[in-house]
Amino acid sequence: MSTTTIPAADEPVRFYDLDEHPHPEGYSTMLGFWIYLMSDCLIFAILFACYAVLGGNFAGGPGPKDLFDLPLVALNTAMLLFSSITYGFAMLGMAKGNKNQVLIWLAITLVFGGCFLGIELYEFSELIHEGAGPWRSAFLSSFFTLVGTHGLHVTFGSIWLITLMVQVARFGLTAANQRRLACLSLFWHFLDVIWIGVFTFVYLMGMLR
Amino acid sequence: MSHDPHAHEDHGDHGHGHGVEIPHGSMRDYVIGFVLSVILTAIPFYLVMERPFSNGVTAAAIMGFAVIQILVHMVYFLHLKPSAEGGWTMTALVFTIIVVAIMLSGSLWVMYHLNANMMPMMDPSQLP
Repeated sequence: MSTTTIPAADEPVRFYDLDEHPHPEGYSTMLGFWIYLMSDCLIFAILFACYAVLGGNFAGGPGPKDLFDLPLVALNTAMLLFSSITYGFAMLGMAKGNKNQVLIWLAITLVFGGCFLGIELYEFSELIHEGAGPWRSAFLSSFFTLVGTHGLHVTFGSIWLITLMVQVARFGLTAANQRRLACLSLFWHFLDVIWIGVFTFVYLMGMLR
Repeated sequence: MSHDPHAHEDHGDHGHGHGVEIPHGSMRDYVIGFVLSVILTAIPFYLVMERPFSNGVTAAAIMGFAVIQILVHMVYFLHLKPSAEGGWTMTALVFTIIVVAIMLSGSLWVMYHLNANMMPMMDPSQLP
């Protein structure tokens, strides 16, 4: 509804546009998703702060030097880094409108993500097997919470990835699917950024402690 | 080689000329980001596994590499540009960084003193 005031004789006609402007569907999705990621960033910041405070409280139990296996962590980091660039290739395929290229690179990303999760679960099971479970000390509680929350994010990212592969395979690279792929791209690369913090502050700094 | 970031304006029914912009980089961006990330990951791992320097120097170095690598990821993988979304993406990021910095430094500061005050109570002979 556009309204006009009744102009006085010498006054130019003025228009006040009170309408909601039509926006393309999903025009605010990318910004909204970015703000979600920032709130996720706060969750991780809290967990990092917990680890920073509690990371030295071993309660007479094993410390990072007794527990962490750096070559395994390096392998895990490589998996996540590879999955990041393969997701990038999927996005490049999307830009070209090449559906098969998108599906192939998403599948490869899923394999790397699965390897990451597998290695992490192996590491956790080894720790628990050694009696260094999250109940052992405040250090291990905060370690499992921080690294486990990151792993949970990768798990849900992988589920989302599978969902999108089905979507793209069935409905093609529609505008909605492109938007979803772009959101997952942000999510996936964001998790890689968090992992930089994890391997630096938890694993590498832990070995220096 | 580089793709036009505005190549997606052909979808979505938009009457005002602003289509939904899907940010994506070019092959060059991803390859540069990946190579830099590999280098910036390999060096800290080498420093900690082989220990060519003292602990203090190593700690400072790996923290420096982490910060640089986070910036590399932001630029080459997340395609963060100050102009994106009319600057709101960057505003949200800067706000988050400020909150995180206050929260992390504040927690460490407060908890450092808490620990110091707790220590004498740990001596069993002091307990009633």
